[in-house]
Amino acid sequence: MNGGASDFSAAAAAVVSLCILLAPLALTGLAIANAGLGRSRSASHAMLSALCVIGIASLAWFVCGFALQGYPGRPAHSLAAAGAQWNWIAAEPLFFGALPLDGSPAALAAWLQIFSVGLAALIPLGAGADRWRLGAACVSTALLAGWTYPLFAHWVWGGGWLAQLGAQHGLGRGFQDPGGASSIQAVGGLTALAVAWIVGPRRGKFSAEGTAAIPGHNAVLVAFGALLALPGWIGINAAGSMLFAGAVPGALPLVAINTTLAAGMGALAAAAMTRVRFGRPDASLCANGWFGALAASSGCCLFVAPAAAALIGLVAGALVAYSVELLDLRLGVDDPGGSISQHAVGGIWGLLAGGLFARAAWAPAGQFLAQLAGIATLLGFVLPVSYGLNLLLNRVYAQRVSAEGEWQGLDLYELGAGAYPEFVIHREDFPQR
Amino acid sequence: MLLKTGGVFFLLSGWAIVLAALALLRSAAQGGFVAAGLAVELGGLGMLVRAHMAPRARGR
Repeated sequence: MNGGASDFSAAAAAVVSLCILLAPLALTGLAIANAGLGRSRSASHAMLSALCVIGIASLAWFVCGFALQGYPGRPAHSLAAAGAQWNWIAAEPLFFGALPLDGSPAALAAWLQIFSVGLAALIPLGAGADRWRLGAACVSTALLAGWTYPLFAHWVWGGGWLAQLGAQHGLGRGFQDPGGASSIQAVGGLTALAVAWIVGPRRGKFSAEGTAAIPGHNAVLVAFGALLALPGWIGINAAGSMLFAGAVPGALPLVAINTTLAAGMGALAAAAMTRVRFGRPDASLCANGWFGALAASSGCCLFVAPAAAALIGLVAGALVAYSVELLDLRLGVDDPGGSISQHAVGGIWGLLAGGLFARAAWAPAGQFLAQLAGIATLLGFVLPVSYGLNLLLNRVYAQRVSAEGEWQGLDLYELGAGAYPEFVIHREDFPQR
Repeated sequence: MLLKTGGVFFLLSGWAIVLAALALLRSAAQGGFVAAGLAVELGGLGMLVRAHMAPRARGR
């Protein structure tokens, strides 16, 4: 079990509360960046989807998410197998039934999770931009926030079997993820991959002539969103480190420095890479690198020295920039927001880096193997489950908007009004009668 | 459809190999089997990627 969470002082609870108050900025930043990376004819739809998805995610997590996720030391179901206990799901009542909403660590964790699950649910919106129906996004979010997210988060943050790999199987301190590189970022990113596969590419993206570049409509929004997300990420990483990894308030400067250094290096790496490859730095890929490095920092911000955090951010930025290009040009995956690369690739890299670069006190023997086991669970459990659930949903409720809707733009087709009616007019936005 | 089903099957099988290695092994072999499970998962991921590329290639 992740230790240190049960004996919280009032001062520690106050520090965690302040950190949690920053968390909504991460959601705001990501929503704004996703809107900017999509087309102008779907910008209003992107922002409304973000609001609805956050609402649905928090509701689903309130109704049944906490009941499945729980918190270390609280009731849970375990299986005994091969001489070990496999704690696989929490045994809490629905609707926060037995959770005292005071300053206890469990209550603070529940508060943080309301934002975290919203952040995870926002990630697939970037991959489904410009063709994912609002209703389908809401139902898909309910499945993510009510089942996939809390189940995996229980294994990592709720005292589940991944967290206990150290105590039960002698693998270091068990799977470690202080800021949610796995439970928030990779779960969201892999769900984004499933959604991108199921809804398919945007009309005209892939053709006989090759792959069309469909640039985001507002690079300023993208960069503003990236900047806004930084304090939110620091808040989530700091609160998560204290609630789920046993950090003391004195460790928070290290967490904040590592998160900021990683983000900056991620953007710089993407800028350098695009400068070399295309002759000029690419603003949207730099923002992708920034977000990818933030996702990576979530997996290791507490365990590594600042120099290692800078290196991790540098690698994350380069990886994300390369991954965006690979998915787009080679693998036929249309991900307008770069969500898969940012959150799945960046998050998984952060988890690996946590095992590779952790300071000695945080890296007992077997720690890297524990991190590998967590990554294997993301790929071998979360991806098939997300893919299967979204495939089933697609059978009963088509997730992709009709060809007419895509041609018209989701703003007009689903909402009846554009985001910029007075100064951005596209002839093809309006159906020819 | 075969590629998609196979890809999902490989992903789940790789995870099962990792779980089995964690539960049953206690030596250096554990690391090898976890790596093998991850390799099987990557194979499954590759199959899923191929499965979703194919219709697009036909559509060109």
